[in-house]
Amino acid sequence: MSNLTSLTLKAALEGLEAKSFSSEELTQAHVEAVAAAKPLNAFVLETPEKAAEMAKAADARRAKGEAGPLDGVPLGIKDLFCTKGVRSTACSKILGNFIPPYESTVTANLWRDGAVMLGKLNMDEFAMGSSNETSAFGPVVNPWREAGGNTKLTPGGSSGGSAAAVAADLCLGATATDTGGSIRQPAAFTGTVGIKPTYGRCSRWGVVAFASSLDQAGPVAKTVEDAAILLKSMSGHDPKDSTSLDIAVPDYPSFLGKSVKGLRIGIPKEYRVDGMPAEIEKLWEQGIAWLKEAGCEIVEVSLPHTKYALPAYYIVAPAEASSNLARYDGMRYGLRVDGANLTEVYEKTRAEGFGTEVKRRILIGTYVLSAGYYDAYYLKALKVRRRIADDFDQAFEKVDALLTPTAPSAAFALGENADDPVAMYLNDIFTVTVNLAGLPGMSIPAGVDAKGLPLGLQLIGRALDEGTLFSLGGALEKAADFKAKPAKWW
Amino acid sequence: MAIDAATVRKVARLARIAEPEDRLEPLAKELTGIINWIEQLNEVNTDGVEPMTSAVAVALPLREDVVTEGGDASVILANAPKTVDGFFVVPKVVE
Repeated sequence: MSNLTSLTLKAALEGLEAKSFSSEELTQAHVEAVAAAKPLNAFVLETPEKAAEMAKAADARRAKGEAGPLDGVPLGIKDLFCTKGVRSTACSKILGNFIPPYESTVTANLWRDGAVMLGKLNMDEFAMGSSNETSAFGPVVNPWREAGGNTKLTPGGSSGGSAAAVAADLCLGATATDTGGSIRQPAAFTGTVGIKPTYGRCSRWGVVAFASSLDQAGPVAKTVEDAAILLKSMSGHDPKDSTSLDIAVPDYPSFLGKSVKGLRIGIPKEYRVDGMPAEIEKLWEQGIAWLKEAGCEIVEVSLPHTKYALPAYYIVAPAEASSNLARYDGMRYGLRVDGANLTEVYEKTRAEGFGTEVKRRILIGTYVLSAGYYDAYYLKALKVRRRIADDFDQAFEKVDALLTPTAPSAAFALGENADDPVAMYLNDIFTVTVNLAGLPGMSIPAGVDAKGLPLGLQLIGRALDEGTLFSLGGALEKAADFKAKPAKWW
Repeated sequence: MAIDAATVRKVARLARIAEPEDRLEPLAKELTGIINWIEQLNEVNTDGVEPMTSAVAVALPLREDVVTEGGDASVILANAPKTVDGFFVVPKVVE
């Protein structure tokens, strides 16, 4: 039964429906794969008993003809999602052994549709990072290695556990979140598909907050179709999140295989950045050629404020984070470190509970919001954010979607960018604009570099137009015919 | 703009994070690097531009002002570091 883990989510659903295997068998195969993959450090908590119980219930529902759209399919859940009765830490020491008495809306939607939980996935602490190295549980190791090498590579971040687990066939799909590129960059680094939908598509309720105006959930999956199936279940209006959109969720899988003939694809000239590896440039050209062959019209567009997206992001996101993370005071949940008085308890608790990068961002956020600097930094960044969004509005008058690389490099070695925060931030150069504008973006594995490491292409769509991304993503996937898998070394 | 150790001390206090004295200088250097990089935003003309606070323009929804959940203190207290008789226990606030 070992081949059960190499199935796509779609194929697994078909196999369950055809009674080729049960969810118990499918789940057990994945539980064993998870248990055998400790060197990847992708899971921070395994829930095999819960998985077995959920699988059994799924089989019972299917036997009665009551199977939901994801019934019996084992998934991994990023540790940013609160799961009722199951430890949820955002991979921070400050949440300690926090056991939520509630379920996030996104995961509740998945369980409603019959999915099975394998456990909680590693990530950068509070989703702040691009390499998974800020996790209190230590970094995830990318299942991919350079050809002939054994250097440990990053799976990207912050959803590194999600991407690594899907790439290594530990689960059939995973939840993830994306504040500046945290779904798409790890997907690109691991040869998986990741989509960040339009801001407001997925409820943020029960997802530990980082930067509320940017945070958005989405899936990491093995194929574009699997991503469509997962996103359909995850999305939907939720009165408990005031920014959740009260707009019907389209049947995303039905967009797969739709003709993309005549669609106009914008190529933003500002994304040709200095120092971009020639292989990424080449892959981008290849992506353009594939879409042309599929009948798309290619149009050069300009997004003049692109270079200001990262600096604007590094004001807006830390500012919102410093406010959101004020809740970790050691009083109601999580870590408490004793001190001589209340202020000292706060200060010691937060000093010990937060990691270096989280503290750095809280300090930046506090600084840019502090008296005398609010207008110069925070207000300025919000105005630049508007100009970035306006750039996209103007581009989308001429085109239906944009095609860009997902990340400026392939997966790099763990520890490689650790000393320079700004160098690490530059990983998100192609993805962060999409968060600022609230648009949907998807990364599709499109090829490998000379060292055999996967590279991704990004599609950016109009607000609420995930459907077109699934059509185009499906077309790219078909043309790229990306079949490479990491050789199992763990 | 350069951030000095005194500013880091002040900001850390505002953020309620204890930073040891020997960390203030290195942090000042790091934060100065980040802030200097951020300051390229000043190149952008934003005259007359409305600040963007939300990615998708929707009116904030209203709901009835009624209790929707609650009534079980034990659930709320279950994760607390310290509780007594159904209350959170916090350090003395008023001397």
